[in-house]
Amino acid sequence: MNSPKRRILAGAFVLTLVAAACGSDSSSSSSTDAPTSSNAAGTTDAMTETTDGAPMAEVSGTLVGAGASSQAAAMQAWQAGFQEANPDATVEYDPVGSGGGRETFLAGGTDFAGSDSALKDEEYTASIDRCAGDQGAINLPHYISPIALPYNLPSLEGETLNLTPEVIAGIFANTITKWNDPAIAADNPSLTLPDTTINPVHRSDDSGTTKNFTDYMSQSAPDVWTYGAIEPWDTDGPGGGEGAPQTSGVVAAVMAGEGSIGYADASQIGDLPAASVGVAGDFVAYSPEAAAKIVDSSERVTGPSGLDYTIKVNRTPDTADTYPIALVSYHIVCLQYDSQEKVDLVKAFMHYVGSDAGQAAAAAAAGSAPLSAEVQAEVQKSVDEISVAP
Amino acid sequence: MTITDTPPGGDTVVAPTETTSKLGDRIFGGISLGAGILILVTLAAVALFLFVEAWPTFGADPGEFNESFVSYVAPLLFGTIWAASLALLMALPLAVGVALFISHYAPKRIAVTLGYFIDLLAAIPSVVFGLWGIAVLAPILSRSVYPWLEDNLGFLPFFAGPASTSGRTMMTAAVVLAVMILPIITAISREVFLQTPRLHEEASLALGATKWEMIQQAVLPYGRSGVISGAMLGLGRALGETMAVAIILSPANIITVNVISNQNPNTIAANIALKFPESAGLSVNRLIATGLVLFFVTFVVNALARRIANSGFSGADG
Amino acid sequence: MTVTEQRPTQHASSITANRLTRVQTGAVLAGAVVVGALSWLPSGSPNWARWIIVGLVSYCIGIYVVSRIVEGRRQGLDRLMRAVVTSAFAVVAMPLVSLLWTVVERGTNRFDVAFFTDTMRGVTGAEGGIYHAIVGTMIVTGLATIMSVPFGLFTAIYLAEYGHGTKLAKAIQSMVDVMTGIPSIVAGLFAYAMFEMIFGPGTRSGIAGAVALTVLMTPVVVRSSEEMLRLVPNELREAAYALGVPKWKTIVKVVLPTAIAGIITGVVLSIARVIGETAPLLVTAGLAQGVNWNPFDGRMTTLPVFTYYQYVQPGVPPSNGQDRAWAAALVLIIIVMVLFTVARILSSVLKPKGLR
Repeated sequence: MNSPKRRILAGAFVLTLVAAACGSDSSSSSSTDAPTSSNAAGTTDAMTETTDGAPMAEVSGTLVGAGASSQAAAMQAWQAGFQEANPDATVEYDPVGSGGGRETFLAGGTDFAGSDSALKDEEYTASIDRCAGDQGAINLPHYISPIALPYNLPSLEGETLNLTPEVIAGIFANTITKWNDPAIAADNPSLTLPDTTINPVHRSDDSGTTKNFTDYMSQSAPDVWTYGAIEPWDTDGPGGGEGAPQTSGVVAAVMAGEGSIGYADASQIGDLPAASVGVAGDFVAYSPEAAAKIVDSSERVTGPSGLDYTIKVNRTPDTADTYPIALVSYHIVCLQYDSQEKVDLVKAFMHYVGSDAGQAAAAAAAGSAPLSAEVQAEVQKSVDEISVAP
Repeated sequence: MTITDTPPGGDTVVAPTETTSKLGDRIFGGISLGAGILILVTLAAVALFLFVEAWPTFGADPGEFNESFVSYVAPLLFGTIWAASLALLMALPLAVGVALFISHYAPKRIAVTLGYFIDLLAAIPSVVFGLWGIAVLAPILSRSVYPWLEDNLGFLPFFAGPASTSGRTMMTAAVVLAVMILPIITAISREVFLQTPRLHEEASLALGATKWEMIQQAVLPYGRSGVISGAMLGLGRALGETMAVAIILSPANIITVNVISNQNPNTIAANIALKFPESAGLSVNRLIATGLVLFFVTFVVNALARRIANSGFSGADG
Repeated sequence: MTVTEQRPTQHASSITANRLTRVQTGAVLAGAVVVGALSWLPSGSPNWARWIIVGLVSYCIGIYVVSRIVEGRRQGLDRLMRAVVTSAFAVVAMPLVSLLWTVVERGTNRFDVAFFTDTMRGVTGAEGGIYHAIVGTMIVTGLATIMSVPFGLFTAIYLAEYGHGTKLAKAIQSMVDVMTGIPSIVAGLFAYAMFEMIFGPGTRSGIAGAVALTVLMTPVVVRSSEEMLRLVPNELREAAYALGVPKWKTIVKVVLPTAIAGIITGVVLSIARVIGETAPLLVTAGLAQGVNWNPFDGRMTTLPVFTYYQYVQPGVPPSNGQDRAWAAALVLIIIVMVLFTVARILSSVLKPKGLR
């Protein structure tokens, strides 16, 4: 009875070996441990001077993070870029969602978290226990992703739809139901709007995109959007509309359905046109640069350590060069870790992510908006303060 | 699929009892018995682990979630049963037709190949069905079928509309589910149709019956319980089908029988697959609790299928 | 049934009554094809689905009406049902052919060598591959096979050889049936729950995925093996016992070799069934970008999960990931087909002489 079974297993094993022989994986080299931790002190000095992303001393080891899936694509690019410069270092990132990311980080399971929202007060308190020393954790706004409003109206081919915040909120709160509604026509005098029913598409899963988009509506059109900044649309929102899972679901639903409008990560909308959004009396089309300005025009909260960079996003900028609908995603790191090796790794990686190179890599891979030079400098300053607990 | 309980020559033969062979027999028999008992243990473990992991949901602080567990799971449960029933409604007549075609109409040589083809389809991964459903089927249905249904049959609550423009509807999901469970029902039906005693068939034909009359008189009555248990197995499969629904449906938190609108109740399995990867803490427990509900529902359906299969198959034992 | 010549008489008896000639049935078929074509001709471009469906419906109606007039009510019904049953097959074949066609057409966009030798680690553009997913699928499915084959086979031996007819065997048998009906996602949740208790919240590993697949695979192995063991003629067992061979040796040396073809076929088919499982692996093994050889630590990508994630998180621009998703779907279908063919060949090669 055994021999044929063994033969099968042996066959499977041989297959595995063959597959192994012809496969390639860049991570396989990272297991070789180079003796870099011995000159750790020198590394730290070198790095504190290089806040602009200039080449730094190499680091080694494994850095583990988990959190928002919105950053997953950018993280791929950061991992690739960072590991290229530091062949002995490995960065792992589990896209388990913002909540899960913060939870595992606070439980000590990961070295940093990716999150679409900053630590809450009680989570900050918990982070003091989790982190070495008594400093707690800080939020670094490393990933700004513009949220576009893709729509499907073939009759408007080549034209751009302008929508004021009140109209956007009206559409998603189901008070404006036809595309030729006078409110929409008023903003688009040159367009012939069709007599189609509007099909507003929202995310059916909990998502940072929904939270940022509804936060935008509740700040810029509080009279129309009365539901606040919400994450689960189905239970907390106005109801109605089409709910689609994930960004890809929203984009697919808008792409397939004439008369639909949705909100989605701007890099994922493909060939769909996106609406221009009313800001300070004018209309702004989304662009990475315009979206990045939102961090500059928003209020920074520095937290007890003075190093935190939590953003209270200002969705109603005064100048018409800022695109106000963007997702701000953070990296949450401890200010103090208990080993020099970890500190080196965290600092090196976070420096890279916040550098011009890191921001450019994320922009290419995930269509994110690179941070402005001033914000970059501020964020890097905070990263510099990460140290070993005394 | 085991259809009959009694094998050919099913009475057990008493082995010779020799003292020298006792140890070997005891070990071998013990391992076999252990494996059998492990089946029971595994099943108990499935229920137990799910229950233990689901428990925190019920004791949770009411402020943790915006809604109670019952109101959370009710639309999902409805959607699960609704989608599976629709799929069964569409798949059953077709599956019986295909089974008859293979067993009684197609030439013998082709029939074997067709049977193999159908079995193969049962093994196509559901994620592939999902991709096909959203990329091919949904656009076709939303363009040419749903508007027509809304215009002509809109007086029925099922087609009240407004018709979805994206095609990500309950109807699309149910059609894909139907295609997926069809091979299962077909395989079982075909097997019982083929087991119809040759004498019954020939007697019917000899009396001058047409082929269809013979099928009506001999094949269908004989195979009825087999078809029903096949249908129940298909229903069980449709209830638990996950990825195809997760990819295709535009879910909302509602209960509706409207199958062509853009707001559809989600199914338990698809909801778990969509939310689980990014859930943490109590949300995970709540999803596992919905999984427990699904386990219970499929358990009941399968038990029912077994009962029908066992009670109705007295004629098939010969 | 294929009486083709037309009888001149107008008898009422069904055997000698008027019969439709092949020409007449052919004319009805041709008419149906034309009616089907008419349904899309006004719009200009061929609509295959509509053509086939309208054609089939009009053929069913047409053949019934014609046959009823010429051959009588009973023959008309017979013709109608024959047409309906055949149409059912055609209707079922349509989505399946469409599915295979779509997967092949879109899957070939990225069906190149690099697709099989690269992983997704550090990949942000159009390149990247499924090497890590193939490794993960082989490890997870392999472990599941290693666990479920002995488990399932011994259970089958117990049911067929030792416990036949006992209360316990009946209980086990019905629980195997219940296990067959466990939804795959529930099996995944079970494995997750079990490993969460051991390793803490949020755990993902290949072994958890293998445990989930074992729950799904074992009942299939039990059922097919038991059926095969029961097919072994009792004369073989009796002959062995008569020679004084102990029972366990009879099973190992006589019963199993006789049934081995069917058992292996069953095992291969059960592998084919679980290798495409997505949902249980989504919640247990998760997704990783690179190769993970260790099933006990860390996430492990499998092909179906890879397919799903490439579709829902396709990267920039989305077409990159979608191409990879379709190519992976094509690989999955090919694997399933190969397994099916292997099962068929094995069952005919290993079938011992003298049995059937």
